[in-house]
This record gives sequence, structure tokens and C-alpha cells, in this order.
Amino acid sequence: MRWSKLYTFNCFRGHHGDAGADGPSSDGAGAVGGPGFSRVVHCNNPGLQKPLKYPTNYITTTKYNIITFFPKAIFEQFRRVANLYFLLTAILSLTPVCPFSPVSMIAPLAFVVGLSMLKEGLEDWRRFIQDMKVNNRKIAVHKGDGEFMYRHWEELCVGDVVKVEKDQFFPADLLLLSSSYEDGICYVETMNLDGETNLKVKRSLEATLPLEEDESFKDFQAVIRCEDPNPSLYTFTGNFEYERQVFALDPGQILLRDSKLRNTSFIYGVVIFTGHDSKVMQNSTESPSKRSRIEKKMDLIIYILFTVLMLISLISSIGFAVRIKLDLPHWWYLQPQKSNKLDDPSRPALSGIFHLITALILYGYLIPISLYVSIELVKVLQAHFINQDIHMFDEETGNTAQARTSNLNEELGQVHTVLSDKTGTLTCNQMDFLKCSIAGVSYGVGSSEVEIAAAKHMASGYDDHDMPLEDIWEENNEDEIELVEGVTFSDDRLMHGNWTKEPNSSTILLFFRILALCHTAIPETNEATGSIAYEAESPDEGAFLVAAREFGFEFFKRTQSSVFVREKHTSPNGTTEREFKILNLLEFNSKRKRMTVILKDEDGQILLFCKGADSIIFDRLAKNGRVYEVDTTRHLNDYGEAGLRTLALSYRVLEEAEYSSWNAEFLRAKTSIGPDRELQLERVSDLIERELILVGATAVEDKLQKGVPQCIDRLAQAGLKIWVLTGDKMETAINIGYACSLLRQGMKQICLSIPTGDQVAQDAKKSSLTTEQAAKESLLSQIANGSQMVKLEKDPDAAFALVIDGKALAFALEDNMKHMFLNLAIECASVICCRVSPKQKALVTRLVKEGIGQTTLAIGDGANDVGMIQEADIGVGISGVEGMQAVMASDFSISQFRFLERLLVVHGHWCYKRIAQMICYFFYKNIAFGLTIFYFEAFAGFSGQSVYDDWFMLLFNVVLTSLPVISLGVFEQDVSSEICLQFPALYQQGPKNLFFDWYRILGWMGNGLYSSLAIFFLNLCIFYDQAIRAGGQTADMAAVGTTMFTCIIWAVNMQIALTMSHFTWIQHLFVWGSITTWYVFILAYGMTLRSGDNYQILLEVLGPAPIYWAATLLVTAACNIPYLIHISYQRSCNPLDHHVIQEIKYLKKDVEDQTMWKRERSKARQKTKIGFTARVDAKIKQIKGKLHKKGPSLTIHTVS
Amino acid sequence: MDPFEMQDNSKNSNKPKYSKFTQQELPACKPLLTPAIVISAFLLVGIIFIPVGLASLSASQEIVELIDRYDTTCVPMADKVGYIQDSKTDKSCIRTLTVPKHMKSPIQIYYQIGDFYQNHRRYVKSRSDKQLRYKNAAHFTKDCEPEGYTADGVPIVPCGLIAWSLFNDTYTISVNKKAIGVNKKDIAWQSDKNKKFGSDVYPRNFQNGNLIGGAKLNESIPLSEQEDLIVWMRTAALPTFRKLYGRIETDIMANDQLTVVIQNNYNTYSFGGSKALVLSTTSWIGGKNNFIGVAYLIVGGLCLFLALVFVVLYMFKPRNLGDLSFLSWNRNTLDCPN
Repeated sequence: MRWSKLYTFNCFRGHHGDAGADGPSSDGAGAVGGPGFSRVVHCNNPGLQKPLKYPTNYITTTKYNIITFFPKAIFEQFRRVANLYFLLTAILSLTPVCPFSPVSMIAPLAFVVGLSMLKEGLEDWRRFIQDMKVNNRKIAVHKGDGEFMYRHWEELCVGDVVKVEKDQFFPADLLLLSSSYEDGICYVETMNLDGETNLKVKRSLEATLPLEEDESFKDFQAVIRCEDPNPSLYTFTGNFEYERQVFALDPGQILLRDSKLRNTSFIYGVVIFTGHDSKVMQNSTESPSKRSRIEKKMDLIIYILFTVLMLISLISSIGFAVRIKLDLPHWWYLQPQKSNKLDDPSRPALSGIFHLITALILYGYLIPISLYVSIELVKVLQAHFINQDIHMFDEETGNTAQARTSNLNEELGQVHTVLSDKTGTLTCNQMDFLKCSIAGVSYGVGSSEVEIAAAKHMASGYDDHDMPLEDIWEENNEDEIELVEGVTFSDDRLMHGNWTKEPNSSTILLFFRILALCHTAIPETNEATGSIAYEAESPDEGAFLVAAREFGFEFFKRTQSSVFVREKHTSPNGTTEREFKILNLLEFNSKRKRMTVILKDEDGQILLFCKGADSIIFDRLAKNGRVYEVDTTRHLNDYGEAGLRTLALSYRVLEEAEYSSWNAEFLRAKTSIGPDRELQLERVSDLIERELILVGATAVEDKLQKGVPQCIDRLAQAGLKIWVLTGDKMETAINIGYACSLLRQGMKQICLSIPTGDQVAQDAKKSSLTTEQAAKESLLSQIANGSQMVKLEKDPDAAFALVIDGKALAFALEDNMKHMFLNLAIECASVICCRVSPKQKALVTRLVKEGIGQTTLAIGDGANDVGMIQEADIGVGISGVEGMQAVMASDFSISQFRFLERLLVVHGHWCYKRIAQMICYFFYKNIAFGLTIFYFEAFAGFSGQSVYDDWFMLLFNVVLTSLPVISLGVFEQDVSSEICLQFPALYQQGPKNLFFDWYRILGWMGNGLYSSLAIFFLNLCIFYDQAIRAGGQTADMAAVGTTMFTCIIWAVNMQIALTMSHFTWIQHLFVWGSITTWYVFILAYGMTLRSGDNYQILLEVLGPAPIYWAATLLVTAACNIPYLIHISYQRSCNPLDHHVIQEIKYLKKDVEDQTMWKRERSKARQKTKIGFTARVDAKIKQIKGKLHKKGPSLTIHTVS
Repeated sequence: MDPFEMQDNSKNSNKPKYSKFTQQELPACKPLLTPAIVISAFLLVGIIFIPVGLASLSASQEIVELIDRYDTTCVPMADKVGYIQDSKTDKSCIRTLTVPKHMKSPIQIYYQIGDFYQNHRRYVKSRSDKQLRYKNAAHFTKDCEPEGYTADGVPIVPCGLIAWSLFNDTYTISVNKKAIGVNKKDIAWQSDKNKKFGSDVYPRNFQNGNLIGGAKLNESIPLSEQEDLIVWMRTAALPTFRKLYGRIETDIMANDQLTVVIQNNYNTYSFGGSKALVLSTTSWIGGKNNFIGVAYLIVGGLCLFLALVFVVLYMFKPRNLGDLSFLSWNRNTLDCPN
């Protein structure tokens, strides 16, 4: 088979290029051998190749290996300042300056660090396993003498000749030598590189075509000199020296690692770049470690606490030094004459310095070491809940949601902007033939989702937004009937041959023939079932062919020069097979926006079929071809509004003479050599694609993934901004924008793009600028115009959409322009970036992240999204059909876009609140506890003595107060998940950061300070010097310490009980259990003699003393009253949304007054200009507007 | 088995098992701070606290307490330190006190010392619990520095600064010139006597060096019987503290004359501390302690006041529970995002 007429549009790629990426541009072969172009590949000659020492094809993406794990992971751990501090204290605890036993300092640290390292290790292990899987894939490699053997990928070397078979991945970057097709073509799927599912054609050099079987590689020798490894996917420069001739190479011959061979039984290739040198690996960036905003702020608070710690330690040590100098000589009971350097009256400064260390350790309770462990633990449990959520389980793929890194859970509750990939994320990349307009009649009764919903909404009779959306959706789903895949078309007028009875049946016949013939697809017959599947370059074509088959025009065979169609209803004899000779095939490309076949039918008539964008086709219509133009245009508008992709179909009958003269010119253009071949071809094609006759138009629905519009709608209502970044063409992207309601009719679109080459060149000539500068100038003015337009807009309901093209984006992302661009983008309700490279996706993400300064979330499914997933604050991978790269790079993975709603609105909201409350409470608790130690110091001559037993202090954070706060962090729910979903506005509490702002943090710290004062001084006054019991005994240090500690335990646990709004048995158990544990502990501890003065303290000393219980009650009440006042006041005078909703639920008002409940639910959304709801609103406005206009005329009609 | 079914099974095997726990749907009580609850909470605290406060205040008021600071009067004005450190002079000092009110037995006798840092880390650490308890543990003096061994290197029992600085003033009390007994039994905690101080451990080499800190101990009495030591070893939390000296087990009438012969031995003069003799009755609340009663009354009163404030607040600025107008989307309809 020889497909000489199928020339590839991939050659355009070199110029289209990835302007944003660095790396050498393809400026000809002249550079080969120069700097940056030094690579030499001796094909099939390991003897010469080996000494060059290029890396092997082994890849590793792990952070550590067995040897480096410990040093590196430990180093990572101690980069956290807090850990370093704890390490220091642990070391110092071995010296006599430490006020505690060393174990109590070292054990918690070892626990914290060990846990974190374990987590790191496990994550790295998973990466290692993944790498091993890839490295151990097998590939056939030429062993010499024309024999091929299977070897592991990792053993592959530069210069090896490999044979890749159908549906295999390319193991390295290869130079295509030959393929199973005679003309050296092969089809490649680059899903993992750029996310596009359509096949791309690669073509080998003519010179290497004869190398088409294993044997021919026996004596094959060649040298490739080419560029050095670089990350640019769409460029390649090199020379191929073969049989004493030099051939220039371009990207059209290069097969990139991680793309897949399709539709071709095998290819031969030479390895050029291996392993980490390959373009896809060069594109991968090291996955950054991400930390949530809350954690970053927490660090800041820890720094503040450090400062406080230093301050009080300094006060303490100065106090100590002064007392040592002035008082110690008089304190004979301490035998100062025998003192050592730790408290030497003659050297108070030195002792002071030693004491500073003691104090730093002693007051270390201000900085909660257990905070890190607790947060880590809580997040792991939260992640577990995310993984276990049955509502995020996808029945089709059997995947659950996965929180792959648990340290970003709370960040999910603060997302401001969502950056989404399109293909595979929003859409299934599956087209449905939904409607068509033939000869001015619109066929197809199926309606798009938007139409159905708008109609329902109108019919429901509610005037306002009274009808909550989910009701619409629910009703919607009922009447969904699955038809043949790819065709949701139903209209009895056309199906089952009924079209022959239609008035314009000849036009309809033409229409169907165009569908069945005007394409570049290849049929694949499934031998078992006899059914035919189509391998098409774009999914639209596939949909057309399937539709044509349904109408009775089955395309089943393509040969070198003919297309065969099985037609059911065209002749009275039933099914007939017809052959159409393909004379020429003029390819589709984004510039031409049309595709043409010229063919000869069985009657010898030469026909030209052309399909393309409506504007392009309408420009080329003949005078007599415009019969249906008006009706078709109207239909096209309707389809467009319904979110469908449209194409206009036309034909032309050619005279033999006209054709042959044109064909001669076309052949000349085709065989011309030189850079203007493309231009020539284009010019010649343009000559024949004229005087067309319009037949009709098609409307294809780019099938969105399940629930995507609803999800986008809800996210928009939750106040999130959604940007779509796609590698697709602008038209496709805009269509999808319509389909998922990011765009709608009546929205003002601002399209930013670089004018075509010619125009720019002309402009440049005029203004004597370089082409690039001219392009920039033009873009700058476009942005300025857009901003001006937005500024001048008076209508508050007006919505703007920004659509930007990849080339323009490359300039817009430059330093001097990016802020202007961003400002414009922020003003727009939706932003769509098309034709963006993976790197640009990452750059846009960075721009948004840094420019807006809010949390960004990137979601995507393909390897091309890895960059943005890593760059964004949160990366979400779709674990769908495509490869695992996106998931591997992501922080969270879900199997469907629609689960994003639940992930953010439910889990994000909960996690954010939980973590925020938890951290605040932690600071409160540790301040309340830590400061009492400091106060006591002042009463103990700043000597470093603690009033509490060592064991109390050790257990305070680890046992006695940890579980309640963990239960707060894991189980707290301000409102239930249903309410989170019903009231998307609640989500805004996160992005607005209502629960972790400085006001709240300082409030909690102030509360801690107050509590510490209350606990210490109330107890001090109560136990000052008087007897504590009827027996006359006074309180010693142990009694005072234990009482104070009891008060702390009660106070902090009551505090957390007041903080919680959701008590399951777990919270009850933990909170009340903590208090009980304390009493049990002190009882048990009092039984052992280790307890020193705490021996039998509860049973004998404190238990029988009423004053002990009285003090506990008094202090607990005194500590919690201010907070109680605060929350009571806040709730009564300034309640937050969730307070009110809690009350409604509590009073069961929602059940009693369902209308109110529904009304509030629909009001509880951010005013949004995008999304389905906004679109339905717009549609309703439009319909109402029409009704108003029609109103009077209608009445007239009825009267007359 | 049908391959498709198998596949289905494998897919569903991933499906999370439904449980109320994993789906975070556990039944929960969601207490709500309704006005009624807020007001009744404050009322309840007030209602509980005020009687408690009154009860403890009245208990405290019943207590008769007699404090006599004697450190300044029982020493010549010049060279107090020299006087107290001279072991040859007789340091007895007679104090006469008048009892203001009837004191019911038992009357607790305390010594009170001011500005004495029993809570100093160097002091607190300097003891050996092992040595106090076990007969054969005399050599466990590691923690007792600098008072672990005598100059000859023999371990001291009891070792450490605490024991070494044992209080050694003594009081002999007579009422209306008639001597009354001071019961010095049971002034220490029973568990200390039983478990922490060994009944077979006898003082050895105690106060034998040149530097004598405080009281000497009778070497024939086991530590468990040395109640003064046991009381002293319970270090006080604050620099001013009282410790139990003994009890008088007869009532003393109002206006009775108390004569106390004090052996003023203990040196508080070096560090400018004070010493006082305290006689006090006790009640269930312990000693005379108005503070806790007052604190209870203040907190209770505050809560009653707060209950009132909230009542007024709810009356004048009523908000129905679940009032929709407080929802953010109903409140600020004017400022919309974007």
C-alpha cells in the first residue's frame, strides 16, 4: 500500500513549534556540529558508539536510593526549623543543663522523624516500582546479522536498531528508518506527550525505505549528527549520513519515547536519545514538595513562638544570672561555696548562658512537637476518608479517589482557581453525531443537555431560581437512552432508509456520500464479529463514519486509490457496494480549516467533496450554491449555541478538462522542492476549492464526561474560577467551552492571537520591526483593547471570555506583558488557552499562582499535564484510561472530573476547617501549658525547676491531650456533606480564610495566655501558704503541681468540647476519656515509688481535700467563660453561614418549610457568569425577551 | 467463570465498603448554643458557684489564726548572722500572745518561713529517695551533691541539701503559764512514713561536718519516725511556706495568754528571710482561705450578670434561630465577587 497522497501536516509543526520552550529552533542543518549540536550516533555500530558514553536507557525518578536514603531523608527532615530545634534540645538533654530526663526529649523526636521518613520511604518505593516496570519492558533489538532479540528497555543503547510493533510504546527517541507501509509512513499516538488523541503521521527518509525487513540490517551503517538533548518536543535538527550522502532530518522522522505506534504493524528505527536524554524525560521536572498555605502560616506562627520562647528564656536567664550574682551567696542552704559552673556566683554570665539553654528546653512546650505528629496523623486519616469515600468511587473504572500526598488536604478547601485540561478531563474525546441540517431542513430530534434543562426550567413555572439544580439534573438523566456509540442521532425521517421519501432526497444522498467519503480514516474489520471500527485522525471523522453507517452508507475498505462504500437504500436491489476512485486528497489543517477529496464515481463523474468550517465554506460558495445558505446559517447558530461542533458540507462537480489542467499544476507543486512547497500546495488547493454548492451542515457533540457541566456549574457557584488549558485547536476549545457552559451565547469573547505570518511580515515591513516585535505589538494592543472593553462595560450582567492561542500566550507570558495579561484574564469570567504546550501549561499555572497569590488547582489526565500538575498548589490527576504519568505526578487522583466537586466542596471544606481549628487549638493548649512553667520560674528563683513532674509533661502532649485534638482534626463536621453540596457558598469560607486569619490565631493565642494566667495565679492564691485539709497539712510542690495540672487538663478538654460542634461517640470517648485517663494515670503513678513526692498523691493528699476539687471547678470555669462569651455573642449577633444552617437543621425547619429551604439553597451560590445555571438564566432571559416581543402579536392573532 | 464477571468482581473489589464510619456519617449529637442554653449555662454556673463560694467563705471565716513573726525580735539588732551562727549562745526567746477567739482543738502549729527557696532546682534535686527508703542504699548519693559524703568519704544518711538544711527552731507552749503538750505525731503523710522513709534506715554521719545546716537527728530513731524530717523533705512550691510543726489537742479559750519559748536556731538572717509561728484551727476547707470563697463569688456573680446580659441582648436584639437574613448571601447582596 502506498499513501502518497496522504501528506502529513506534521511538517507544519516545526514552524508552529513551541515558541515558549527553550532549546534550539530548527534553523537548518547549518548548526549541526556547532555548540549544542554535538551528538553523534553511529547506527548499528556499538564498537564506535560505546566510547561516546551516552547514558543508557535506564530511567529513575526516585529521590533516594538505598545508600542515600538515610542521610538524604534525615537531611530533609532537619531542614524543618522546628525539627532542628528539637534535635538540638535532644542533644542538649544529654548534658546536665537539661531540666528533664533525656528520654522525654529524644523519644518524641525519634517518633516524629521516624514517621515522616517512613512516609517518604514508602512514596519513593512506589516510584521505584513504577520505574522498574518501565525499565523492564521488552523491545526487539538488532543483535547483528539481521537477527532481532527481545531485550529490556533499560539495556538499550544509542545507535541500536530496534523494531517496534503495533501498539507498543517507543522505548527511546528514535529515528524512523522504515515501516510496514511501503512509503515509510507510520501512525503515532502522542497522548502521553501532548494529550492529543488523534494520530499523527511520521514518515521516513526516502533513502532508508529499502530497509524493510530484519535481514536488511545486516550491513546497515550510518551516522547521525544532531542536536544535544533538549526538552523541545516539536523541534529536531540533525543530519543523516548514509551511503556517502547527507540528508537533513526534521521532526517528521523522529519518534518520541512514550508515544505509541498505531495502525502500523511495525517500524524500524535507530535510537538517538536514550533514558534521561529523551525529550519526554527532559520535559519532566523534578516533582516539587508542596506545602499548604496553612502549614506555611503555621511555620510563621512557630517562628513567632520561637521569638517568644527566646524572649522568655532570655528573661529567665537574666533573672537567673542576677539572682546568682546577688542572692546565691546568701542562700546558705544551697551551699553556694560548693557550686559548679552551672550556678557559680562568681561567674554569673557563664551560668546565665548555661541557664539560657536550660530555659530553652524547659519552655519548649510552647512549641508543640506533637503538633507535627498529630497533623501528620490527622492528615493520613483524612486522606483515608477521601480514599474510602464511596461517592467518589467510579463504577466503570473501579477506581477510588486517592489522596496521594496527604499534606495538602486542607489546601483543597481554599482553592481559588481551577486550571483544567480539556481532553480526557472535561471530555471523553468521543464525538456524537447529534444533528444535521440538509438542504435547509434540520434533522435530529436529540437535544443537547442545555436545551433540555432550559426547557424544563421554563416549564416548571418557577420564576426565580426556585428550582434547585439537582432536580433538573435528576430529571434529565431519566430520558437518556444509549444508542450506538458515536451516534445519539435519532430522527425517523432519515433513519431506516426513510430519507428516500424526503423531498430533497438527492441532496440528502449527496450529504451522506460526503460523510462516507470525505475523510482520511482507515477501516478495521474485526474478524470475529465482522463489525468495522474506524481509525480516524480526528474523532469527528469517526463520528461521521459511524453516522453514515447508521444511515446506510457503510465505508468498509480503502485501497491505494479507492474508497469502497456499502450502500443500503440507494438502489432497488438492496445493498450495493460502490467504489469511488480517489483522485486527490487535500488535507485538513488548522490554517485551511477545510478538507477536500476529489473522486471519480462509478459513472465516471468527477466530484469534489469539501467539508470545513462554515465561514470558510460560505466564502467559497458558487452563486447557485447558496440556496440553503440562510436556513443553514440559522441552524448552525442554533447548533453552536447548543454547544455542538459544526461543519459545513459542500460539493462541486468538475469537468474532466478542468480537473486535468488543475491536477497538472497540483502535481508540479507537490513535487517542487524547497521551503515554499507548502505555500505552493496551498495556493493550488485554493484554486479548485471554489464555486462550491452547499449541501448542509453537521453538528457533533464532543461528548463531555459524565457530570462535567454540573460539576463546573457547582464549582462556579462555590466561587471558583475555571481556566481551561488545552493543546487543542482554538475552534475545538471554544466548542468545548460552549458545551461545558464556560462560554455561552451573548458572552463577549476576547480572542488573543498572533496574526498570520504574512500579515505580521507586512506589518513588520511597514514599521521596520522584526516579525517578533510586530507580533508583540499587535498582541499588546489586543490586550489593551480587551481591558478597555471590560472597563467600559456598564452592564453588570455582561460576561467576558478570554480565549488565547498558544503562540500569543508565548508572548503574553513574557515578563513585560504577563501582568497586563493576567489582569485582563482576572476580569474575564472564563479563560480558555488553546494550543498550549505542556511547558506553557506549567507557566500559565505559575503565572496564576504567583500573580493572583491564591491557591490554584490543576487537573489533568495526560503526561502533558504533568508540568501544570506539579506547578499548581494542588495537582489532581484523572486516573482514567490514559497513562499513569499525570496520576503519578499528582497530589490527588480521581477517576472522573465530576468528583472534583465532592473533593473540594466536601472534603476540602471539612479538612480546611478541621486543620485550621486543630492548629489554633494546639497553639492555645501549648501556650496555656507552657507559660505556667515560665510563671513558676519567677517564683523559683529562675532556677529551671518545673512545678510539674517530668512524666506529666511528657504525657501532656502525647497522651493526655492528643486524642481529643486528633478527633477534632479527623471527625469534626460543621455541616454534613449534603449541606456542603447544597450550599456551595459555604466553600468560600476557605478561600476567604475565615478560620485561619490572624484575628483568629491571635484570638486563640490570647485565650491561651489568659488561660495560663488564670490557671497559675488562681492556684497560687488558693494554695499559697494555708493548710489544704482539715488535718492541717499544707500543700507542697507536688500537690500544687498536680492540682495545677488537673486544672489544665480540665480546662483544655472543656475548651475543645466547646470548640467541637459534632460529637460522635468517638469524640465523647476521647474528650471525656482524656480527663478520665488523667485521673487513672495519677492513681496508677501514685502507686509506684518512682513518683517521688507524687506518691499516693490523689488517694491520700488531694482526693480527700475538698479544696482540690473546688479549685479544679473554679479554674476550669474561669478559663472557659471568655470563650463561651465569645461564641455565644458571635452566634447571637454575628452568626456565620454554617451557624445559621446548623440552627435550621436543628429546628428541622428544612423539613417544615421546604420552599424556604429550596429557595435558600439556590440563593446560596456565588454570583457567577459561567456555568450551566448562568447559561440557563441567560437563555431564559432571551426567551422571555422574545416572548415579550411576540406577546402583542400573539394576542392580535387570537383576536382575529 | 465468565471473564466479564471476573473483571467486574475485580473492579468492585476496589469499591470501598460502606460503613457509617468511613463515610463519616456516624450518628452524632450536635449541641447548639441556643439562647436558652447560653442563658441557662451561665445561670447554672452562677447558681452552683455562689453557694459554694458562700460556704467556703463562711468556713474560712470560722477559722482562728494566730501569726507571730519572731525573727526580728528574737535576735539582737546588731550582727544577726553572727548571733545565729554562734552555736554556744542560748538562743531561747519568749513570746507572749493573746488568743483573740476561742480556738477549738485540734490547733495546728506551723512554722512559716519567708524567702526561702525550697523550690530552687539545685535544692529540689539534692536528695536520694532510694537511700531514704532502703537500708542498704546508703551509697546512692549521686543526686545529693554537694552534700553526699562527709569529708572522709562516708555516705551521709539522709543525704542532700534538703535534709541538711532541716529546720531546727523549737517551740514550747504554755497556756496561762501552764505547759501544754504539743503532739508531734502524725504531722507527716501516712504514706510517706510507711513507704518512702524506711523503718530500718537510721541517720548516719548526719550533720557531722564542719558545716552544719540545721537540725541534727537522733541516730537511734529510724527515718520513718522522724516526722519533722519527713515534713521538711516535702519541698514547698513557693518561697514563702508553712509547714506543720505539731498540734495542740486541747481547746484554748479567748483571751488566754499563750507563752511560747522559742529556740531561735534557724538561720534565715543570711538571706533576709522571715520566720513566724502560726497557730490555726482548721475546717473542711483547710486553713484560713478567703480567696477561694471570694473567687467563687466573683465568678458566680459574673455568670449571673452574663446571664442577665444575654437575656437583655436577646430581648433587645432578638434573632430567631435559623434567621435567614443572617446568611451571607442574604446579607451582602450588593458586593458580588468578580
